[in-house]
Amino acid sequence: MDYEDIKKGIVQLIKKAETELPTDVINALKKSYGIEEGIAKTQIEAILKNIDLAKKSGRPMCQDTGIQTFFVEIGVDFQHINKLKGLILDAVKIATMKIPLRPNTVDPFTGENHKDNTGDNIPYITWDFVEGSDVYITALPKGGGSENMSKLGMLKPGVGIEGVKDFVVEEMIKAGGNPCPPTVVGVGIGGGADLAMKLGKKSLLRPVGNRHNDKTIAAIEEELIKRINESGIGPMGLGGKTTVLDVHIEKAHRHPASLPVGIAVQCWADRRAKMVIHSDGSWEVK
Amino acid sequence: MEYHFKLPVDSGEIKKLHVGDIIYVTGKIFTARDEAHLMMLEKDKNSLPFDPSEMALYHCGPLMKKTDKGWQVVSAGPTTSSRMEIFEDKFIEKYGINIIIGKGGMGERTEKALQKYTGVYTAYTGGAGALAADKVEEVPAVYWLDELGMPEAAWIFKVKEFGPLVVAMDSHGRSIYKEIKR
Repeated sequence: MDYEDIKKGIVQLIKKAETELPTDVINALKKSYGIEEGIAKTQIEAILKNIDLAKKSGRPMCQDTGIQTFFVEIGVDFQHINKLKGLILDAVKIATMKIPLRPNTVDPFTGENHKDNTGDNIPYITWDFVEGSDVYITALPKGGGSENMSKLGMLKPGVGIEGVKDFVVEEMIKAGGNPCPPTVVGVGIGGGADLAMKLGKKSLLRPVGNRHNDKTIAAIEEELIKRINESGIGPMGLGGKTTVLDVHIEKAHRHPASLPVGIAVQCWADRRAKMVIHSDGSWEVK
Repeated sequence: MEYHFKLPVDSGEIKKLHVGDIIYVTGKIFTARDEAHLMMLEKDKNSLPFDPSEMALYHCGPLMKKTDKGWQVVSAGPTTSSRMEIFEDKFIEKYGINIIIGKGGMGERTEKALQKYTGVYTAYTGGAGALAADKVEEVPAVYWLDELGMPEAAWIFKVKEFGPLVVAMDSHGRSIYKEIKR
């Protein structure tokens, strides 16, 4: 097993996430360019130009290269599970120098910055298990401006799903131009406080334009997209038709007394990249 | 209307600007986020190593790279301006800032200061970091890098045709953000 080579693969994964947007996001932005006018159109135009320039020059599209966040699915038959965390940590340090990334991890008490994008509990890694012997790593670098607009609502179950919808719409209107709209909004409903937030963030992994499998939930996603876009906040909060590119919902069963709603907001730079590591150590970044 | 300015710009020019206008600026701008605002408000105006009144203020925490030829901008889009709302009116008053570049808009205190001291708040497309970096010709200086770190330090950028910047709050009391919220 060539661990150095796997590290190279993870660095490439981070670079891809930071410098190239997935086609589903680009297509949604192009669609927005087609329907916007005036100032709103100038904003989408700048975004599209920026995406193009970042890809061509291999530079991060946004100076906020985010908190390095990974979702890892480990095939239960993969033989080197104990090495994965160390490899990801090393790759983040290398990527910080090589790409480069902005040193974004600050100790909340001392203000100390390791300058390599690692620190206590960071990079933030979510581990999960799947069948087989392959490992899948998704990088989702998360910017601060959009993260600051996250919300947790511990709603009263009596307000029902209508109350959940109103909460999401109201919070996104309050956020205005701060999270760099047009955004992608992830909504986690149910579970407890932490699970609702986690599901909200995890739902951001779903490609833009993909609806939930459950038809009722898919219809609510569509309703929320429509209602938030009707607010007129528009690109960068300067007015327009596109405030969100998409809304994704995931759910968990809830306690009878609780109705937690977690909102995770992703800016237009909905950065995602995925890689697979095979059992023999070979890898591909997709 | 579209305007192309050489910095610094006098009050007469600022007064001509209205919400919705687009401007491009050429000259020196300096970056300041929360920490630099706080530090500069505590400092004696005359002890500063640069003159903010000659520059536009850019809410930005850039991604920089040190090369043999000095500092180079890799990516430098605007940061969320609302975090600076608690400092900005005093900052405008103390340093004579009349063009602010940021994203997401600011509140009532800044709005009043822009009216009182004749200034504008302009919006640059959030996240367009690579595009912004392309308009920076030179990085003549950086201040407080060791104390504040890369994103929070005050970077001086020499820019050419930096924009498009949308006038989102003008010196006549109008704010695009307030009008949209209604």
